Amino acid sequence: MSEKEPLLKVVDLHKAFGKNEVLKGISFEMNKGDTKVIIGPSGTGKSTLIACINHLVAPDRGEIWLEGENTVTAKNINRIRQKIGFVFQDFGLFNHLTALKNVMIGLVKVKKMPKDKARKRAMEELDRVGLSDQAKSYPAQLSGGQKQRVGIARALAMDPKIILFDEPTSALDPELIGEVLHVMQDLAQSGMTMLVVTHEMGFARTVSNEIIFMENGVIVEQGTPEKLFKNPENKRTKEFLFKLEDLYGEGE
Amino acid sequence: MGLGLILALPLSFAQNYGPKPVKIIVSAYEKIFRSIPELVILFLVFYGLPRIGFRIPAFTAFVLGFGLRSAAYQSQIFRGAIQSVSSSQMRAARSMGMSNLQGFVHVILPQASRIALPPWTNEFTIVLKDSSLAYAIGVTEMLRQGSYIIATHYEPMLIYLTVAGIYLGVTLTANKTLGYLEKKLALPGFEMREPIR
Ligand SMILES: Nc1ncnc2c1ncn2[C@@H]1O[C@H](COP(=O)(O)OP(=O)(O)OP(=O)(O)O)[C@@H](O)[C@H]1O
Ligand SMILES: [Mg+2]
Repeated sequence: MSEKEPLLKVVDLHKAFGKNEVLKGISFEMNKGDTKVIIGPSGTGKSTLIACINHLVAPDRGEIWLEGENTVTAKNINRIRQKIGFVFQDFGLFNHLTALKNVMIGLVKVKKMPKDKARKRAMEELDRVGLSDQAKSYPAQLSGGQKQRVGIARALAMDPKIILFDEPTSALDPELIGEVLHVMQDLAQSGMTMLVVTHEMGFARTVSNEIIFMENGVIVEQGTPEKLFKNPENKRTKEFLFKLEDLYGEGE
Repeated sequence: MGLGLILALPLSFAQNYGPKPVKIIVSAYEKIFRSIPELVILFLVFYGLPRIGFRIPAFTAFVLGFGLRSAAYQSQIFRGAIQSVSSSQMRAARSMGMSNLQGFVHVILPQASRIALPPWTNEFTIVLKDSSLAYAIGVTEMLRQGSYIIATHYEPMLIYLTVAGIYLGVTLTANKTLGYLEKKLALPGFEMREPIR
């Protein structure tokens, strides 16, 4: 892989559910260390797009290149998935396992790491998200914000090349959103590559280096936060951002 | 009960993960066997099968009739338990690179089995008690054993009380054991248990 080659390259991605065309040719690139935010109205295909990148949804057409390998035609999906972290809106924690075991299980069962080594690594990741004191708690004993931070630690433990976030804070009470965004901001600063679907405009503005505005299955406009907020080219971008500011603006 | 369990597991898998026609067939099977009274199923198996050319001893008929009916109930229990583990957990398991099988073994199964245990205990008790119905097709179960003794000793009340006592003892022991297992497996977040009837 040459220095110039992007870490992730999505080329002309198409996906339809029956007659419902959800993605109509999406293309973009991400370099190592990028934090990009995807915004757009509900039902636009944001979740479908990032599920395609992780092969939780199979695209109909198009290419997804990760580190120079076209993952759409790759034989072993599970190997590809290990390189891509996924953080879910509803956390997806394993309810029968403690926070520590939630972070360990992928290391032990997928990466076949010895247990003591996995435990050490998992503790480090819990520490990184500020939850080492909750290692023995079960998901039912954690707050939403804590659950999501365990979800992030679980993704981090697998040493992913990139982490995908699908609305990581939209299931949280307002007062818990901050702690999760804070962890994500630290991650971005530490050089992790992150693709984040979110409506948190504060995060998009201050943490991301590019905002991608999607509508009806296409990318309407993409650019730096300054550009999109100050002088967007597209009228729709302007309208949408204006509406979001109205709804979520004061949060940060 | 054993036959029921062996039949029920594949049935519940078929209902959860099978292709559509399989799901429809299994669900029809469940509906039929859950709607016919136990005794009628027994008679159908015992008197009906010989009519179409299968001559089977009463005990086999009893095992078959009970097994088929219990399988219908148990597969419902397992199906519900598997479904109650949120699909987002399976998505999460797959997203970290687990295969479908790994996800099932490490994520779905440990939770579904905890959820299924109380209703399964209940079903176990029902089958245990209903085994007395085998009397009707001439299997020498406990009640018939009792009647033989009554015929020779003429002590009906005492004998029936003894039979009742034995049923009570076996059922309570079974419930205690399974209840203990349940406590041992209990986890925070899984404690919404129905009381055992
Ligand atoms: N598995 C599926 N089967 C059928 N249709 C689906 C499926 N997943 C998503 N869709 C449809 O695809 C469209 C886009 O959904 P998607 O979840 O990607 O939108 P989104 O941009 O993430 O919206 P939101 O902001 O509400 O999360 C919707 O019309 C949805 O109904
Ligand atoms: Mg979505």
